[in-house]
Amino acid sequence: MSGYRLLAEAHGRLRTRVGAAFPGTRAVFRGQDLHAELGDLDYLDLYHYGITGRRLSAAQLRLLHAIWVNTSYPDARLWNNRVAALAASARSPVSLGMTAAMAVSDAMVYGGQPGLWAMAFFKRMVAAVDAGASLADCVLAEARDHTVYGYGRPINSTDERIPWVMAKARQLGLDQGRHILIAFEIERILLTYRPQLKMNYAALHAAFAADMGLSVPEYHVLRMPVFMAGIAPCYVEASEAVEGTLLPLKCDDICYEGREKRTWVAE
Amino acid sequence: MSAAPSKELVHTRIWQEEAEPDNPFATRVARCHGYDVYGDMLGKASWIEMLYLLFRGERPSAQQVALLETLAVALANPGPRAPMVHAAMCGGVAGSTAAASLMAALAVGAGQNGGAREVWLAMQAWEACGTDLALWHGHLSRPPQSGVDIWPEMAHPAGFAPHGEQATLPVLQLLAHLARHAPELAWLQQQRIALEAAAGLPMGMLLPVAATLHVLGFTAEQGEMLVLLLRLPGAAVHALEQWRYGFKRFPFFPVELTDDPAGKVSA
Repeated sequence: MSGYRLLAEAHGRLRTRVGAAFPGTRAVFRGQDLHAELGDLDYLDLYHYGITGRRLSAAQLRLLHAIWVNTSYPDARLWNNRVAALAASARSPVSLGMTAAMAVSDAMVYGGQPGLWAMAFFKRMVAAVDAGASLADCVLAEARDHTVYGYGRPINSTDERIPWVMAKARQLGLDQGRHILIAFEIERILLTYRPQLKMNYAALHAAFAADMGLSVPEYHVLRMPVFMAGIAPCYVEASEAVEGTLLPLKCDDICYEGREKRTWVAE
Repeated sequence: MSAAPSKELVHTRIWQEEAEPDNPFATRVARCHGYDVYGDMLGKASWIEMLYLLFRGERPSAQQVALLETLAVALANPGPRAPMVHAAMCGGVAGSTAAASLMAALAVGAGQNGGAREVWLAMQAWEACGTDLALWHGHLSRPPQSGVDIWPEMAHPAGFAPHGEQATLPVLQLLAHLARHAPELAWLQQQRIALEAAAGLPMGMLLPVAATLHVLGFTAEQGEMLVLLLRLPGAAVHALEQWRYGFKRFPFFPVELTDDPAGKVSA
């Protein structure tokens, strides 16, 4: 079907299989009555179900909670958190500050993109090994060609979150999944190539998500609010402080490196 | 109170500030690429000149001003059917904050289908192909490239209308007007039919927009930002207008639920 016929076909109504609200009576969520069948669900369980249409096991859900809890850093210097805090200091509503903070978290040097690339990398490596390739050859080839996302971290290459989450994974019996095992195997290979390429949290999260059966697009949606619990306190504290006092900059805090003074001649 | 000297600097080639003598946090003089904004530019420089100066670092020529002005008028309001304006109206109609309505417009207007990312892609194509029809044939014969990215897969060649039957009158009018300003834009007008044949789709508004931004010397990244900015006025006024109309006069659409546990087909 080409031209505007696809638009005509979709015109005038919402055709959906994920659900609908029937005000005054009920709501449907992915084929189930939200109140009668899903009303007691853990919120993260429902969130994952809404994205994938599948349910996590109780252990997987506890691990996912642990992954998110252990990366909730209420430090307003962090770029995404700082957006929310600056919004609060500027006396902007929490909805704007927090959604903007989450939007900027879909970044290239942290957050969204490295996680996606790491998951795609793991799935690629698993497929290559299954096809008979040497993991070391594949990993080193990728490392020579471009940045391997999920390994290395600015400031300090040791990721303090990983031992805590791995301890939880062991406790839950989820530390032997295919992707998490290959993630650590890749770390061992990369460390022989560059000692600073230790596994980071993006890799850990992506590997466990892959072990939970998520595709790359599903993971992208799932991880979107991952920093929210760390962002919120930054907003709250800045909103309680005197307005405009968060990280104020003096005029001479600007290091100007541009053109010399010049005159705008009217034409 | 600590008086330790600050070492945290903002580096910029765009903006320079001198402080008031009695307050290091208050600006006495602000210069944009060397020009004194409040002491010299006010009353002499136009909004379009300021915009160009900010992005390019130099004053535009009279011809560049006329071309960017034309583009700004063309982009100012995509109209209430446009998804980004529709999104802004979803904010306006329910009394959301002004910024929330504009953030909604930015989120939707950022996309690869009719949004700023499509301009970014089209500008990259323009940079690669220029006014070489053979290169355009090669470019358009290849399916759009997509990898693992936060951006969804591109489903049509950038700059062409996926649901169009033929180039619309506004596209033809914009092309005709732009063609008077630069030989590259005249070429685009002359080759429209050949390009449409190669793409298998009619030309959309965003290919002339991308070509014009390229002719003006903007990078694809700058073009993407400019398109986001220049389309906000329409989103703003339609959001404001819907609040006055009220939600009872805003479309809500019937739903066709395909996975309803109650067995209902529609509501």
